[in-house]
Amino acid sequence: MPVKVNTDKCTGCKECVASCPFEAIEIKDEKAFINEYCQSCMACITVCPEGAIVETETDKAKPEKAEGHKGVWIFAEQRNGKVGSVAYELLGVGRKLALDLNTELSAILFGATDADAQELIKWGADKVYHSKDRIFENFNDEPYSQMLTRLINEYRPEIVLAGATPIGRSFIPRVAARIRTGLTADCTSLEIEKDTGNLLQIRPAFGGNIMATILCPNTRPQMSTVRPRVMKRGGYDANRSGEIVDVRAEGISSRTKVLESVKEVSDITVNLQEAEIIVSGGRGLGDPKGFKIIEELAELLGAAVGSSRAAVDEGWIPYRHQVGQTGKTVCPKIYFACGISGAVQHLVGMQSSDIIIAINRNPEAPIFNVASYGIVGDLYEIVPLLIKKIKEAKGI
Amino acid sequence: MKIVVCIKQVPDTAEVRINPETGTLIREGVPSIINPFDMHAIEAGLNIREKTGGKVTVITMGPLQAESALRDAISMGADDSLLLCDRAFAGSDTWATSFTLSKAIGKLGADIIICGKQAIDGDTAQVGPETAEFLNIPHISYVRKIEDVNESSIRVQRMMDEGYDVVESPFPVLLTVVKELNEPRLPSLKGKMAAKKAVIQKWGASDILADENDIGLKGSPTQVKNIFTPEARSGRKMLEGAPEEQIDALFQELRELKCL
Repeated sequence: MPVKVNTDKCTGCKECVASCPFEAIEIKDEKAFINEYCQSCMACITVCPEGAIVETETDKAKPEKAEGHKGVWIFAEQRNGKVGSVAYELLGVGRKLALDLNTELSAILFGATDADAQELIKWGADKVYHSKDRIFENFNDEPYSQMLTRLINEYRPEIVLAGATPIGRSFIPRVAARIRTGLTADCTSLEIEKDTGNLLQIRPAFGGNIMATILCPNTRPQMSTVRPRVMKRGGYDANRSGEIVDVRAEGISSRTKVLESVKEVSDITVNLQEAEIIVSGGRGLGDPKGFKIIEELAELLGAAVGSSRAAVDEGWIPYRHQVGQTGKTVCPKIYFACGISGAVQHLVGMQSSDIIIAINRNPEAPIFNVASYGIVGDLYEIVPLLIKKIKEAKGI
Repeated sequence: MKIVVCIKQVPDTAEVRINPETGTLIREGVPSIINPFDMHAIEAGLNIREKTGGKVTVITMGPLQAESALRDAISMGADDSLLLCDRAFAGSDTWATSFTLSKAIGKLGADIIICGKQAIDGDTAQVGPETAEFLNIPHISYVRKIEDVNESSIRVQRMMDEGYDVVESPFPVLLTVVKELNEPRLPSLKGKMAAKKAVIQKWGASDILADENDIGLKGSPTQVKNIFTPEARSGRKMLEGAPEEQIDALFQELRELKCL
């Protein structure tokens, strides 16, 4: 463990216990004791008033970084032959990383068509490794993980990104396990560390209460799944050209069988995730009828209606409208938060919106910490005024 | 049927608050619970046992106090339990955790292994699929319904972004489950008695014949570099004045940004 307690200095004040996000510090015989949950995040070192917690020598026995790994890869998932929008977002962030590392950006495509592979190039890929074998038509963990593992072993990229979708989060872990490298789940920000060239993988944990920066310093590739609708797409260039490498699924097999693929999607969820403007209501509405004015404003703006978990739990609006950790992650141009206090669980689902307009009675509400524009006031006064103003502007 | 359910003891994150002055987590009085998704995994294990017969073993990796999570699972009706507890496991990331679990499960033997979709503290959802890969068995993630289970195979619904897939697998198989799958039962009186009396089996690194380079901090490819609280957005504007003035100001701003 790279953190240890100097028991001579420790006064048993418990500051460190409170600071530890992993429940890894206990007080035993009036001294701090670091247990097995320690993730070496070093949070305790800074809070200890006695300087009793110190970093121990780092372990030198780690395997040397595998040499010869080069290039940034993104996994472009498809479902029913349609490439998911997360693929284009990955190309956006992947291009940025490839520029910083002065290397190539490649996309991996299983299933779909030649035209889809060409699209990936227009959205920024230099190269597409494409397999059109029928075994990849429907998503299935074993063939997907076997094939991606094989490609990584053969071409040795230094970074592999995939969407943190049901597909990416299911099969990418198998690839990381097999290759014996690190995988960071559900990243919301990715950067290259200047001195080392390592990938800084930033992700929320504890239901969004804290953010953690994760490194994979000694093994390659560095792998991350990336939360959809957080990264911006790169530029589209219809004249861009690149290379398509045809790869074959010889010897790939599966023990699980996908018998059927059933589509079951409500228009509302689609609307929420595609909407340019979202108007959301929360507990501050005080009443299910409050959603009437939310809906009125939304209709006027051609916006979708969202809600906080509190309003869903109260039974004021169905779950499919819920935005946040346990609902949908959204990224509209404008997000109106009306009567939403801004619990972190809500914020993680909407804080990458371009513009956030918060209307809340309580000036201390955490929603104002992420707001672009804050209005302290009664939403039943503010929203109708806004509706009136928009109507005037539209000449209705 | 040998059913193994993997669980994790976690702080109840719904209760975790941030101290706005220090930016640290306020952990005081936050209870430790069985990861909520794992409750559904336990329920699924008990359900399958009721259909096919067999034995449900719950396992967890953690410090000694994780024993209480295992006792809670026994009170719901699990037959057996195993605590993987060793200082050498400390600092494990998902790779090392999955490796450790797979060594233990390999030694126990299992037809079906069930995990919660993810733990609410780490939210990675990686340990289930990684464990399956180490065991060299198939897995099915996000199971929301078990359509059929018999002596040799299982057919389930796997939740996807826009609907679900029906997936069939032979045994052994690992499933990760979502909350929609079932409603976890409450402990019975008989279960509570059993939990009280149960002797919790404990294994360390030597019991699972794990190489020290594959477990704990040494076996973990990823490292936590630092943790921090989410930042406030820069350039926030609080609008002032009477409601009408605020609305006018907002309108002006949005116009300038060509948003309306």
